[in-house]
Order: sequence, then C-alpha cells, then structure tokens
Amino acid sequence: MAEVTLTSITKRFGDFTAVSDLTMEIEDGKFTVLVGPSGCGKTTTLRMVAGLEEITEGEIKIGERVVNRVPPKDRDIAMVFQNYALYPHMDVYNNMAFGLKLRKTPKAQIKERVHEAADLLGITDKLKSKPRELSGGQRQRVAVGRAIVRNPKVFLFDEPLSNLDAKLRVQMRTELEQLHHKLQTTTIYVTHDQVEAMTLGDRIAVMKDGVVQQYAQPQETYDHPSNQFVAGFIGSPAMNFLPAQAASENGRTVLSGAGFRFVLPEGRSRNALPENVVLGVRPEDLDGPSPDAENALTLTVSVTEQLGHSLLVYGYLDETQVVASLDPHRRVEIDSAVHLKVNLNTLHVFDPESQETLL
Amino acid sequence: MNPRKLIAKTPLHLTILVFAAIWIIPTLGLLITSFRDPANIAGSGWWTVFPKLFSGGQFSLENYIGVLRGEGLARSFLNSLFISVPATAISTFIASFAAFGFAWMRFNGRKILFMLLVGLMVIPLQMTFIPILPIYSKLKLAGTFPGIWLAHTAYGLPLTTYLVHNFMAGIPKDLFDSASIDGASPLMTFWRIVIPISVPALASVFIFQFLWIWNDLLVALVYLSARPNVAPLTVSIANLVTNRGQDWELLTAAAFVSMALPLVVFFSLQRYFVRGILAGSVKG
Repeated sequence: MAEVTLTSITKRFGDFTAVSDLTMEIEDGKFTVLVGPSGCGKTTTLRMVAGLEEITEGEIKIGERVVNRVPPKDRDIAMVFQNYALYPHMDVYNNMAFGLKLRKTPKAQIKERVHEAADLLGITDKLKSKPRELSGGQRQRVAVGRAIVRNPKVFLFDEPLSNLDAKLRVQMRTELEQLHHKLQTTTIYVTHDQVEAMTLGDRIAVMKDGVVQQYAQPQETYDHPSNQFVAGFIGSPAMNFLPAQAASENGRTVLSGAGFRFVLPEGRSRNALPENVVLGVRPEDLDGPSPDAENALTLTVSVTEQLGHSLLVYGYLDETQVVASLDPHRRVEIDSAVHLKVNLNTLHVFDPESQETLL
Repeated sequence: MNPRKLIAKTPLHLTILVFAAIWIIPTLGLLITSFRDPANIAGSGWWTVFPKLFSGGQFSLENYIGVLRGEGLARSFLNSLFISVPATAISTFIASFAAFGFAWMRFNGRKILFMLLVGLMVIPLQMTFIPILPIYSKLKLAGTFPGIWLAHTAYGLPLTTYLVHNFMAGIPKDLFDSASIDGASPLMTFWRIVIPISVPALASVFIFQFLWIWNDLLVALVYLSARPNVAPLTVSIANLVTNRGQDWELLTAAAFVSMALPLVVFFSLQRYFVRGILAGSVKG
C-alpha cells in the first residue's frame, strides 16, 4: 500500500493536450475517483499511473519511488479494465494465475492466492470455466480477482462497471465498496458516472479538458462546487442555471432575472458581486407551493416524470428550461403554472466569464 | 420446422440438390471406374455397375496397386507431402511473426513496408521464374526440397501475412495492456497470448496454403526440374497423362490418390476453412 503523488503531469499527443499540469496527492489506502465527461483526460491520467502511457512532463511517485521510467510490471500495480481484458483461451484459474506464473511464484502459493481471491469474490466454482462461459458480472469479478492476487500497492480501475446492466452495476458497486473496506488498498477509479463517483469515492477529482476542476470529498463537491462545471456535473438531475442581475439593496443582495426576484438573507449577502451573474439552483432545492411571489419561481410545466421517490417537473421560466424535484404525491398538470419556493441558503452564484463560484 | 417453412424452402433445396448432383455424378463415375478393370471400362459405362452392385467380381484394387507401385505414385505421394507440409509450416510460422509485428509493434516505415508486402500479391508468379532460376542454379537450390520450400514460402507470404495480420489486428488492445501489467515481454505475449488466440486464423491459413501447394504443378515443374525422384503427385500425374493417356483405369486411380489427402484435410478441418473465408469479420 502506498500513496500516489502526481506532480505537474502533462500529456500531449502531438498538438493535442490531453492532461494539463495535473497535481494531485492520493492518500495511502484511500479510494480516489477521477470523474468527468468523455475526453476529459481521466483515463489518460490513469494509464500514465499504470505506465501504459508515457508522461510528457511531470513526475509520478508511487510511495517514495519516482516511476516515470519504470515499466508497468515493476510498478506493483494492478488494473481492471472496462472490457475485462480476460485471456479468452485460458480458464479462470489461469487468467488469475498468469501474472504470478510470469513472476515465477511457487505453485503452492499461486494456488493459495487464487483460491483466496476466488472465495472473496464468490467465483470458486467457476475456476475451470473459460471466459466465454461466464456472464458479464462474473467476468468482471474474474478481472477484479486477477488484480487482487497480485497484492499490489495500488488498484487501478478503468470504468469497470460501464458494460454492466443497471441492476448489476448497483450490486457490483456495493461489492467493490465492501472489498475496499476489507483490503484497504490505495485505489484510483475512473468513471464518467457521477453517481459511482459520489458513492465509491473517499475523494473525487472532477476533470474537464485535461484539468482538475475540484478535488475534494464527494459531499464537498455537491455542497460547495468550485465552479459552474462541477456544480452542473455533480448531482442528478443537474443543477439549473439562470442568468441574473445582482444588486445590493439595504445591505442585502438581490438577484433578479426573467420572472424571479430573490432577496438573500444577511448571512449570504455580498457586496462585491458583479452585475451579471449566473444563478445555480438544484432541482431538489425547489419546493413548493410558495405563497408569496418573492423568493419563488413560476414554471410553465412541459413534462413530468414520476420516479416513485420523487416527481421530476420540467418547465419553462421565460425561455429557460428548469427542472424541479418534488414530492411524488404532488399533482402537477402539464401546461399549468407551478409556484416553487427556492431555498436561498443553498443556491449558488457563478461568474459568467470565469465560471468560478462566487457564492 | 413448420410445414409452410419447409415448402417455402423446397425450391432452394432442389437447386442445391441439382448443383450437388452436377458435381458429384462425374466424380462418382471416376471413382467407380478406378475400381474396374480395363476390359469392363472399355466394354460398358460406369453406370452399369449399379444393378449388380453387390454381386461381387466387378471391383478390384488392381488399378491402385498399379499406379502406386508400378507407376511410382506412392513415391510421388510422399514427395508431395514432403514438399507441402514443410513449405506450409515455414510460411505460416514466418507469417505469424510478421503479422504480429505489423499489427502490434511500432517502427518507422511500418505502413509502407506492409503495403509493399501486400502489393507483392499483384506480381504473377510466372514472371519470377526467369530472374530466380539462374540464382537457384548458382546456389545449387534447383531440384532440391529446400529450394522449393523457399519458393513456396515466398509466393505464399504476402497473402498469408495479410490474412493473419487482419485477424491479429482485431485482438482487443486491452489484452496487451493487461499482459504488459502482468509482466509479459513482447515475446511472451506473442507466444502465450497472441498465438493461442490466433489458432483459428493460423489453421485456416495453413489449410489454404497446404491445398494450394499440394495442387500446384507449375512451381514444382520449374523448380524441381522434373527430376522423377523428387516429383510431386501433380507432376507425376501430368506425365502419366502424357505417357498412358488411354489407360483410364490408371488415370482415374491416380486422380483419387491425389484427391485423398486434400479431402481428408478439408473434411476434418472444415470449420477453420469456413472461418478463414470470413477472415475479415472474425475477431478473437
């Protein structure tokens, strides 16, 4: 087990910069998730830690050792791939034993480690089967098992659950959590799914265009996103963004826009807000009904989606589409107008140019 | 299958039966003739055997014994084997390494080299005889087995490498990453992962090559200088036609001697053959 330190990591493919000046410390034993949309550089970063991609600039350390020039097999890491990457001509036992055999590990020890991992993952009865005879979930378990037998310092996961159906994904997620709890190995996990990131990560790094936007505990990225991108990426359904004007009245900040006017409580009022801002309100922070016109939104409903635990209401505030997540027993008619109360303590304000969070 | 589907498929089945019949009937005729003695062959058509099929006395192995011993076809059979198997093996062996290199290794000029290699398929092999024979004479390769192995390997490599390359290129990259992390060197990866996975492609390429070399007459004639002790079946049978052209009993027996092995190879390895035809669409 070891910490992983990335210092000013840059990866360029010709003219294209995939990862830009990334600095991050991944603590020993922690589960760190790299999350972001496709093409944000998360997989490239993972592959650089694995040694499958060369580092253009910067330094990677595993423990105390600089591993820039160390080949993957000597970095003491193990990787689980999105498509499992199982050797199709070998049975499960040999798939898991392959790495150990190459290292000339004694047969008895190989047997012990493989059986231990297989028991942990519940695939002992499949040891003689070939990958093509297994289901997706079982294959993924074999891939994880192959990583476990190596007893590495760092586990690397590259979107391992993306190929599984929704239900299986949830199940495997909890299994991975339990596994991590048991093994306590430093883990770096890449995904584009923010739910996976939030549930699995001790810390998450939200990435966009090769740059880390925020590196913090999951709840922190939800409550205090560092910029508009993180605010819109974390949380489902995504945060609503409304253009607004900020002004100061009687020491209180007033945010007004098409169809709304919010007067912020004293604790949240700021003097130094620019005139034009972007307001961010999460769907779950829209409630209702609201009796007064102030601190409320009126939506013209276009679509409703009943989820069982909540009712999603899509509506229009002037030209902007807004989503609200309401109590499931609320009755909402299409084309009707709903008044929704806005939680002024949790709304965010962003600078439209820099996208930074102002409030 | 429900009755309606069966009826709908009848025209298709009939057509297939007709085509099959057109192919099989002449071959059947040859087969029967090869078991009859010369007098019967001259006297009556082969189809006349059917009414008296089980009464005996019609068939004998004389013709086969005649061609194998008398005309030396047994020797030629072994020569064919001794030419085809090593040539195919060498060719497939080299092609697998080359294909792996072209598919998965990075080096300068890779694309151009590959295009050149595949482009060699365009050259008609007849054009290579005149330049190569003098070189062969100087190197004392003419009329030797290694000489013809070399020739067949060279002629076969472009297509063989191309086909195997297409298969290997389809192997998912993840497998190589995984092997790299597991600690396999490129050679280890090649032997323990790529080759086992590529067996279907290699097998079908082996079959194609083998059948082509087994049936080849021209290259054997040119490079083996028609020396009788090294002549393969194709050359021997060609000579037989020239010398004993009226002895149908011998010719038909000889034809089946030469057909026997390819038929066995084809029927036993059929599924690889079919897969090979679909070479582009097959993935590991």
